[in-house]
Amino acid sequence: MSLSLPEVKQVAWLARIEITDAEASAAQGKLNDIFKLIEQMQSVDTEGVAPMAHGQDVVQRLREDRVTETDRHVLYQAIAPQVEDGLYLVPKVIE
Amino acid sequence: MFNSTLKQLSALLAQKKLSSAELTQSYLDRIAQRNPELNAFLTVDAEKSLAQARAADAQIAAGKAQPLTGIPVAHKDIFCAQGWLTTCGSKMLANFVSPYDAHVVEKLNAAGAVILGKTNMDEFAMGSSSETGFFGAVKNPWDPTRVAGGSSGGSAAAVAARIAPVAIGTDTGGSIRQPAALTGICGLKPTYGVVSRYGMIAFASSLDQGGPMAKSAEDLALMLNVMAGFDARDSTSLERPEEDYSRLLDVRLTGDRSKPLGGLRIGVPKEYFGAGLGADVGAAVEAALVQFEKLGAVRVSIALPNSGLSVPAYYVIAPAEASSNLSRFDGVRYGYRAAEYGDLTEMYRKTRAQGFGAEVKRRILIGTYVLSHGYYDAYYLKAQKIRRLIAQDFAQAFKQCDLILGPTTPGVAFGLGSMSSDPVQMYLLDIYTTAANLAGLPAMSIPCGFGEGGLPVGLQLAGDYFSEARMLQAAHQYQLATDWHLRQPAGME
Repeated sequence: MSLSLPEVKQVAWLARIEITDAEASAAQGKLNDIFKLIEQMQSVDTEGVAPMAHGQDVVQRLREDRVTETDRHVLYQAIAPQVEDGLYLVPKVIE
Repeated sequence: MFNSTLKQLSALLAQKKLSSAELTQSYLDRIAQRNPELNAFLTVDAEKSLAQARAADAQIAAGKAQPLTGIPVAHKDIFCAQGWLTTCGSKMLANFVSPYDAHVVEKLNAAGAVILGKTNMDEFAMGSSSETGFFGAVKNPWDPTRVAGGSSGGSAAAVAARIAPVAIGTDTGGSIRQPAALTGICGLKPTYGVVSRYGMIAFASSLDQGGPMAKSAEDLALMLNVMAGFDARDSTSLERPEEDYSRLLDVRLTGDRSKPLGGLRIGVPKEYFGAGLGADVGAAVEAALVQFEKLGAVRVSIALPNSGLSVPAYYVIAPAEASSNLSRFDGVRYGYRAAEYGDLTEMYRKTRAQGFGAEVKRRILIGTYVLSHGYYDAYYLKAQKIRRLIAQDFAQAFKQCDLILGPTTPGVAFGLGSMSSDPVQMYLLDIYTTAANLAGLPAMSIPCGFGEGGLPVGLQLAGDYFSEARMLQAAHQYQLATDWHLRQPAGME
């Protein structure tokens, strides 16, 4: 398989990364080289093999339902690009 | 002093022959002298380091010293440290002063260690050469025209050049072991879940694991003793009894003093010695095997039939997880935000286009694609099934052997810029290292000789889950009988 130029642009859109036509063309070749490598996976039969999500077969740990975090918004928002009255500012989303 | 082991430094501190403030200052001076060429450190902050050193001296004076009290440690710039610039090698976090400490940082601080500075790396740990970072490439102390390996290349170069006594790194597909091998030092990736990932900026969460980088196996053990431990804030942190990883170092397996590793079964996978392995690396690793046999170990031929699929599976799973993890970098709460934008989506798109470098974008695109509708089964699920096969290969192998030995990398350090235009060629360098991450197994690299250009060669030891102490024992006994780990780049002492 290989990615077409419109597909590269669509993936970049999904990933919320602005991409110029020139960048998309350059990325296309490299991505397709990488997918050629990835295609080697198809050479092995994995029928009936259970997928493995990570290296330890452990169950999700649960904790008591109690407050563990203290309010540190002043500290955390001190490094935000734009804040006002304890709120993070972004361009207007709702008209 | 710059070649001293951690135990020796600790003894000097305990005997008051040296204060931590003096020790720290000596290293800071050495960094000032040598870092401009190496680019191993991104941030040093003498005031902060010396304040920690003086606090350590007070602890020592009060008789409250622990094994790492007063020891300066270089931190890969992926570990959040409160009040320290923590960039992860990216423009995206070039202004990020962390408001909190990673669990590993908390533990090292509590143990009295001193943060010597933050080390350079591939951007968001995505790379095998420490060239993809926003702040420029790390140079190999053995030959500044060569790479130091990656992604923990700054930590590796710092230890190799003796501008840090010891360092910490992270390993997602080989990022501790590969740079350790290429710079002639030791590095250990623990069993997945042994070291907390809290505050370690996430790349691929099911693979990421922090670990120590040092001059010797003994130093690795002392560091891991502090770094390991349960942490409720990491959902995959393992609750296990505390372990002394140095407990087996000097334990001999037989009464015969010349055969300390008597009966240790070392598995040698035929797949790791085939096409693609450099003759120089192959010869050095073979010589090491002979040395292990002299120490009493028994060579066992094993097979890891799916090992050739580890790189393809890794380059699906790691980018998939990365594309999800890196969605947090959106210019809203911290880090870089584009200067000009219209609506919210445009703010995201411009911020991410300008904030991420080419390799990070490439991996986000791969990950986004393999997780997208219609491709999930063919790529992501398929890769997870192959991951199971790879883990099963190891499970079979460990029925026949105690440890697995092979090369860490196919070749020695390559030239700066020589592979940058061909990502696939670069990815294939991870051929021997990614499988341990996929399976979640512990693996380490130690120096075992020199290859082309007089550059260091590393051998990889992998063990079954939680066999770090056994691996460190084998490595330590090898290092008692050989001196590869004591060699250092010319002009560094």
